[in-house]
Amino acid sequence: MTYITKPINHHPRLETNKLGLTRRDYEGAVSTLCAGCGHDSISAAIVEACFQLSIEAYRVAKLSGIGCSSKAPAYFLNQSHGFNSVHGRMPSIATGAAMANHELLYLGVSGDGDSASIGIGQFIHCARRQLNMTYFVENNGTYGLTKGQFSATNDLESKSKYGDENLFPAIDLPSMAIQLGASFVARSFSGDRDQLVPLIKAAMCHKGFSLLDIISPCVTFNNHNTSTKSYDYIREHNEALSKPDFVPLGKEITTSYEPGESSEVSLHDGSTLSLTKLALDYDPTDKIIAIKNIQESQRDGKVLTGLLYADPSAKDLKEILNITDQPLNTLTQEQLCPGKSALKDINDNLK
Amino acid sequence: MDTRYLFKRYNTWWVKLAVPRTLREQLGYDLRESLKTHDLEKAKELRWEVVDNLKNKIEIAKHQLDPAPVEGLPKTPVEKFLPPTDVKDPQYYHKVVDCQHACPAHTPVPEYIRQIAQGNYNEAYMMNWESNVFPGILGRTCDRPCEPACRRVRTHDKAVAICRLKRVTYDYKDEISSLLPTAPESNGKRIALIGGGPASLTVARDLVLMGYQCVLFERDKRAGGLMRTNIPSFRLPEEVLNEEVDQIINLGIETRFNTEITSMKELLNEDFDAIFVGTGAPKGRDINIEGREEAKKSIHIGIDWLTSIAFEHTKSIGKKVIVLGGGNTAMDCCRTSIRLGADDVKVTVRSPFDQMKASEWEIEDAMNEDIPIYDNHVPKKFIIQNNKLVGMEFEKVEAKFDDNGKRSLVPTGEDPVIFECDDVLVAIGQDNAFEWIERDIGIEFGEWDMPIVDKITFQSTNPKIFFGGDAAWGPENIIWAAAHGHQAAISIDKFCNENDLYERPEPGTTLVSQKMGVHEWSYDNDISQASRLLVPHADKTIALKDLKMEVELGFDEQMALDEANRCLNCDVQTVFSEELCIECDACVDICPTDCINFISNGTEEEVRNSLRIPALNLNQDILVSDNLLQTARVMIKDEDVCLHCGLCAERCPTGAWDMQNFLYEEAKAYS
Repeated sequence: MTYITKPINHHPRLETNKLGLTRRDYEGAVSTLCAGCGHDSISAAIVEACFQLSIEAYRVAKLSGIGCSSKAPAYFLNQSHGFNSVHGRMPSIATGAAMANHELLYLGVSGDGDSASIGIGQFIHCARRQLNMTYFVENNGTYGLTKGQFSATNDLESKSKYGDENLFPAIDLPSMAIQLGASFVARSFSGDRDQLVPLIKAAMCHKGFSLLDIISPCVTFNNHNTSTKSYDYIREHNEALSKPDFVPLGKEITTSYEPGESSEVSLHDGSTLSLTKLALDYDPTDKIIAIKNIQESQRDGKVLTGLLYADPSAKDLKEILNITDQPLNTLTQEQLCPGKSALKDINDNLK
Repeated sequence: MDTRYLFKRYNTWWVKLAVPRTLREQLGYDLRESLKTHDLEKAKELRWEVVDNLKNKIEIAKHQLDPAPVEGLPKTPVEKFLPPTDVKDPQYYHKVVDCQHACPAHTPVPEYIRQIAQGNYNEAYMMNWESNVFPGILGRTCDRPCEPACRRVRTHDKAVAICRLKRVTYDYKDEISSLLPTAPESNGKRIALIGGGPASLTVARDLVLMGYQCVLFERDKRAGGLMRTNIPSFRLPEEVLNEEVDQIINLGIETRFNTEITSMKELLNEDFDAIFVGTGAPKGRDINIEGREEAKKSIHIGIDWLTSIAFEHTKSIGKKVIVLGGGNTAMDCCRTSIRLGADDVKVTVRSPFDQMKASEWEIEDAMNEDIPIYDNHVPKKFIIQNNKLVGMEFEKVEAKFDDNGKRSLVPTGEDPVIFECDDVLVAIGQDNAFEWIERDIGIEFGEWDMPIVDKITFQSTNPKIFFGGDAAWGPENIIWAAAHGHQAAISIDKFCNENDLYERPEPGTTLVSQKMGVHEWSYDNDISQASRLLVPHADKTIALKDLKMEVELGFDEQMALDEANRCLNCDVQTVFSEELCIECDACVDICPTDCINFISNGTEEEVRNSLRIPALNLNQDILVSDNLLQTARVMIKDEDVCLHCGLCAERCPTGAWDMQNFLYEEAKAYS
């Protein structure tokens, strides 16, 4: 929170994108989150990604539930559609909205409480149905808005700011999502902008359900030295699988790698996510390897980040349900109710 | 531009090396050594040897402190990595305050503008009086080197009207005589000051406050020099001039008016401990073309003519007037002519319009009074009929530049232009006049028959004699005279006490946090989006008839407040403490102008080019932190377009950023 609004002035040499907009045009209101909150970094990364992709803000719908994370959509893309839903019910709203108008880009912003506790049922089905959206989990392992209780993603035996030990194991949302059939699953860290921005861009270009589990330290309640979600713990234990580089459609991949050093994931819209391998046993299109990698890193006390799993050819909900390409909310009376003669034709066919 | 280890003090380049914390008790904060050159290129070459020497010194000190072997130490890769910025060097933050840095007298501009915003006109006036001595005069006449430097030019459009805000401090102050210091008892030393202009008056003020007996010689009947004789009173009212000149003289300066010094030798025989020459550049340049001699009755040298008007010897001029020249004196001449009753006044200048020497606003003022300016006109001859000047002939030229950028004015071949006129005013430059200084008294003269004067000490080759103002290196502006005066006063004091003149006193600096609450600061950090306010002018129909009526009316108090609020408070510095930083990027995201970066270290060139927005303005420094704890990256802040809005500090969870007011006070002889 600040008393003054961010000055409208920007650097005279600030870049513009294909639409002639600057990064500043994608910002939102000044954040009311605590100073230093990881969520603000994620908002800034979303701003950067949308700017770089030259996305028209009116084509985006931001949906959220309740929590610190769910306040965040107010702080980016203030020209977009937005819906702040009931706690944990964002996926239902997103499903309804996406069914009515699949032409918008859906960004769901949720947190570990909103997704892994009260809304876990919603999360599961949303992933399972391959809803075409980007689902951000701003994961800080704590209930920041209610003064720092453990959340369901907090690691077993990690200690709270007040010294209590967490008695229950953590829910790992990426493993769950992979098992449930989500077709783009990545984990990142709010403090690693270089990794996060290409992942967000790829997730937004991916067709189907994209989960971004972003570890986002809570500076107020979960950034102490017995926390496993603090800035310095994550920096120390972060094991990046790959160094992602988003290559838009029509651009060539310019960096050259030795064979086996990099792999490419071609996305639905023709763009590519190029991945410089950092780990040995790594194939982002293989579910089994992905789960194995996650499990091993958990065992070794590491935090695995990067693109964990992607299946660019998977069908999304609209294709699974075989829905018409025309957005449902634009269907006219005539199209929905073709009249007596059409009914008669159908009836005649059934005779 | 690689200026590592270099810094500039009084036009000389120095090398400076930060001392490691453990050795500071022994060696101090830094080691410095003068390269004894004014030339940056030369300094760049010379520095490495000095750097190596100083490093050696540090190594030796380390060795003495810790008897471990020195050989195995890795050599600091200075060529590859930027060292952390030494913010203890007063010049680093000083440079961030662009206006103050650009001001020759280093007036603390943002500080006095804040005082104006609070209505503390007396304090604001006194702050100006300390550094530039003539706030009321300069607030009307200064050449404003501060304004083109103003950060707003880079972040918005127009500079803060710093000069006219200075005038506000004079216009709205109360009776301030009780705030002026008084001279202490005499220290028995006598100083002669030749010429009663701004340079001498500044030296006199600084020295009289230390107990020196100052004797001011002035050939006219009152002090003020060019401020009295060359600046017309419709720009600078006499009351303002008299008040600020008398303010100094009343501190206890002995005056000898109507006394022209005609022999330096004789003066040297008198009982003075030091002599300061502040005689300006009093000789107006003449033009030597056909008809000059025949028409001499109708041709006047600009500055002499203005002087005779100031002393009311001249009260009229012909109906048609041509002013030759494109400087500020030409602008004063043409505007004065109109007020004396001329109804057809023209300015002709040899160069193209955009290369005229006069300040932009002075040209604007002349044009507002409907005076046409003919550029690219070279005077060829005076046309005489019946022994009377009737006109002038000009040749039309255009400016061409050769490969080296040298300009020449090439005739266009068009027919000559003839302008009718009754009188011509020649305002094509000024020269110094040192006929009164004998050449056998130890003062060496160099190029252009100018005395050789040390750029740092203002001392001539006769150690007892100092020069300053226009007398030192030719025509400049009043603010330079004041700046010279301060430095000369320091030198004279050191000379009289037999101290080393090259040991210049350090500026006084304070750095104080402005934090008052979680996001409250003791300065106004909201950025005003208002445009620069225009100073109201007097009704033209009346002003043009009255030689003494001031044209500019000055800001009223509300306008002064609004204009003051446009100041970005560049002296409230963004101070970074790397040991507190958790690298959460909050400052990077909130910074409206993308100044803040967390990147890997490299050479200056690499670093400047790898920022979010490359730091291409090499005149502006970058702030480099030490290696950060978590990622070993460095924080780089480009100072270029920082708005000093303090949002980085408001969004910082650990207080690694703080907004701290940096007050830089240039050393004076008496401070």
